[in-house]
Amino acid sequence: MTLPMALASFWLLTMLGLGLLRIWRGPSVADRMLAAQLFGTTGVALLLILAQSQAQSALRDVALALSLLSVLATVAFLTRVAGNPPGSTDD
Amino acid sequence: MTEVLQVALLFLGCLFFGLGTLGLFRFPDTLTRIHALTKADNLGLGLIVLALLPGVTGWAVAVKILLVWVVALVASATSAHLVARALSAGEEAGSD
Repeated sequence: MTLPMALASFWLLTMLGLGLLRIWRGPSVADRMLAAQLFGTTGVALLLILAQSQAQSALRDVALALSLLSVLATVAFLTRVAGNPPGSTDD
Repeated sequence: MTEVLQVALLFLGCLFFGLGTLGLFRFPDTLTRIHALTKADNLGLGLIVLALLPGVTGWAVAVKILLVWVVALVASATSAHLVARALSAGEEAGSD
């Protein structure tokens, strides 16, 4: 069972690398934020697989924290950089 | 038997992650990329969680993995909406 998990984690790692490419090349600021969200989901999946294959339950808590923090990063970015706090545009 | 199921689900999960990232590159503008990213990656994560469930030792750990998936679903849904709203508000106001 370890080989498929190792292959899956390798594949997810390459997905993360491609996400970095999008950050570098992304034309608009929102694309860079998308890559941050990609890290949220792909990173969580990678951590869950590693937690299972290496029998370290601590990695599951790391995955939980990562998925939460990726939302906070997006919200912080929107309120600070994009210049319009989510609440202000309710008309 | 569960071994084969696990490997199949793991493969499908990775496939959807690949599709999500491919969508991130191939789609023309940001709004479609949000769509591709959020849906495909969450489905991939769900499949990977299902693949990991049989191998888990206790009930508590299985519930924790499912909770991680639910949090990831809610997290990426809200952040996708926020980015889309900020983008459309930006276009209307012409601020970017």
